[in-house]
Amino acid sequence: MKRADPWGALAGLTAARIALGRAGASLPTGAVLRFDVAHALARDAVHTPLDLAALAAGWQARQGEAAVIVHSRAGDRHIYLQRPDLGRRLDEDGATRLAALAAGEIDLAIVVADGLSATGVAAHALDLLDELLPRLRGLRRAPLIVAGQGRVALGDEIGALLKARLVLVLLGERPGLSSPDSLGAYLTFAPQAGRLDAERNCVSNIRPAGLPLPLAAARLAWLIAAALTRRLTGVGLKDESDTLLSGGGGSAALPS
Amino acid sequence: MSLAARIGNVGYRFGSLREVLAKASPARSGDALAGIAAASATERMAARLVLADLPLRRLLDEPLIPYESDEVTRLIVDSHDAAAFAPVASLTVGEFREWLLDEATGEAELAALAPGLTPEMVAAVSKVMRNQDLIAVARKCRVVTAFRDTLGLPGRLAVRLQPNHPTDDARGIAAALLDGLMYGVGDAVIGINPASDSPAALAALWRMLDELIGRFAIPTQSCVLTHVSSQIQAIEAGLPVDLVFQSVAGTEAANAGFGINLALLQEAREAALSLKRGTVGDHVMYFETGQGSALSANAHHGVDQQTCEARAYAVARHFKPLLVNTVVGFIGPEYLYDGKQIIRAGLEDHFCGKLLGLPMGCDICYTNHAEADQDDMDNLLVLLGTAGVNFIMGVPGADDIMLNYQSTSFHDQLFARQTLGLRRAPEFEAWLQTMGLADEHGRLLPPRADHRLLQDLTRGLK
Repeated sequence: MKRADPWGALAGLTAARIALGRAGASLPTGAVLRFDVAHALARDAVHTPLDLAALAAGWQARQGEAAVIVHSRAGDRHIYLQRPDLGRRLDEDGATRLAALAAGEIDLAIVVADGLSATGVAAHALDLLDELLPRLRGLRRAPLIVAGQGRVALGDEIGALLKARLVLVLLGERPGLSSPDSLGAYLTFAPQAGRLDAERNCVSNIRPAGLPLPLAAARLAWLIAAALTRRLTGVGLKDESDTLLSGGGGSAALPS
Repeated sequence: MSLAARIGNVGYRFGSLREVLAKASPARSGDALAGIAAASATERMAARLVLADLPLRRLLDEPLIPYESDEVTRLIVDSHDAAAFAPVASLTVGEFREWLLDEATGEAELAALAPGLTPEMVAAVSKVMRNQDLIAVARKCRVVTAFRDTLGLPGRLAVRLQPNHPTDDARGIAAALLDGLMYGVGDAVIGINPASDSPAALAALWRMLDELIGRFAIPTQSCVLTHVSSQIQAIEAGLPVDLVFQSVAGTEAANAGFGINLALLQEAREAALSLKRGTVGDHVMYFETGQGSALSANAHHGVDQQTCEARAYAVARHFKPLLVNTVVGFIGPEYLYDGKQIIRAGLEDHFCGKLLGLPMGCDICYTNHAEADQDDMDNLLVLLGTAGVNFIMGVPGADDIMLNYQSTSFHDQLFARQTLGLRRAPEFEAWLQTMGLADEHGRLLPPRADHRLLQDLTRGLK
């Protein structure tokens, strides 16, 4: 039968799966099933299609603005997972419509894409934008773009077509067993096809149990303002929002 | 010799050795992504027919990546041992497969041959071998290395204890470490992937592991898996560094993407050797590799990902490592799509590394966006255990909360030992017995709440 590990009290020190006990050499039944539940949630986060229309309708209801739905060249999830190059390019229809939509130069285009966790996007993307938008008053924004089967670099093509100085891509991160609903946010100045990852700023692990949404929004607002002022993103733009957010604003060392 | 074959009434012609190797490779998403995979099952077989008839020697004489532009090619060509190669020098790739499988070819013959083999030769022959062939031949190879214990002996399986934590929290790491030691894990290395790259945070990890290993006289070695240059700095700063870690790839350009070259690895090895911290051996390097790394760095030169991976072993071999770990399923489904591809790649990597004379281990693992699950990992664990893999990973509950992927657990290694009769490194096995954690057969004893290790470490955590 099952044998418990007499160091269960230590389990509170880490989210790692310790002190599980064993049945013979193997895991007790409860531990096996808990693991498999976590894996099922992570798998479904990857494979459940994001309801793009519902997201656009939710945006309309909250902000009173229309959203534009586009798709990448990855026709379905299996292609998306095997061909990252296709997830970085708009399909022909989307490219045509966005080109027609473009007017003069704007400051910011916001793209919400499924990425690797539709669960995370469906749960948190609009809430995050609720927190973020009040901090972006005065910026010239494009309509919200909602993208299916999209990767980070899809924002480069979208931003270029919309003549945006800066593009923000919100998308679902690769789910871990304990974090199936995590969002990542990527900022790219002067978006155009071929931008390198080193030319972006990233805020990751955005979820209630990770980086809370209000904090993520504050950090993004700081980065957006800094990127537009300094006209760059990437390794040259250090995220100094911490000192600002903690109210310090100076360079004093943190107490250790 | 032209690179052509006929199947039925269709002729297939290939433009280069590179193309033959890529198209002969078992199907995988990374080669399709690179646009170099066979277009059909029949074309793949045509490429294998060509490959089977190819003289082994041609793979030595015609480098896939030019000698002039790639230091890995130069290393492969310049270090080739023609005398060691002599027994198989006249064979084709297909005949070489049969030579490897022959009962007359044993541990001694394979060890003597290793310096005469190049990565391209072992990659080529693997492409005309089934999974059972890869297991049967790898099982005959023996690669023994040592630092504070001896790894790779027959009938042994070692495990890396991997107590990662997303914020490098010392108490969280210690709790996972204790869990692993109580499960008899840690003879390969106690290795932490740090979240931080700050020198102070890294120094704390090196000191913590050194203190633990010293206090309980554990016959194992520690490693903090950060960039090699940080480890050289740590050695210069007087920190207790046992093994030096680095990810390596099979082309100069891919290694440049990692921020390394051969000279830097040489410098790191010499720095680690200068500390003389090993007690039963002086293998001081720990390398990690994985199919797809060259393509992901856009540095594959049109060479298929399995051949690029074998070239990474030429880099590793030059620095006499204690451990070489192919992190097979970590890279994701755009390189290895599903359990079948991950399992095949794990067996290929282990086979190629062993044939080249490396102490191969495998991080039997997958990510949540790959078409794989625990059953696939169980399969690969049994297959590699049977093939004689030197070591695997030990992650609490198989869930790495820092790297967000699933590997093998403390329980998995117990299962493999029990099912396949595999024992720990002899020095570590003796230590577990002395500590009252395992009996003379290596079976875990029922854990006691008043055990010294438990009491001592728990006290430190409060």
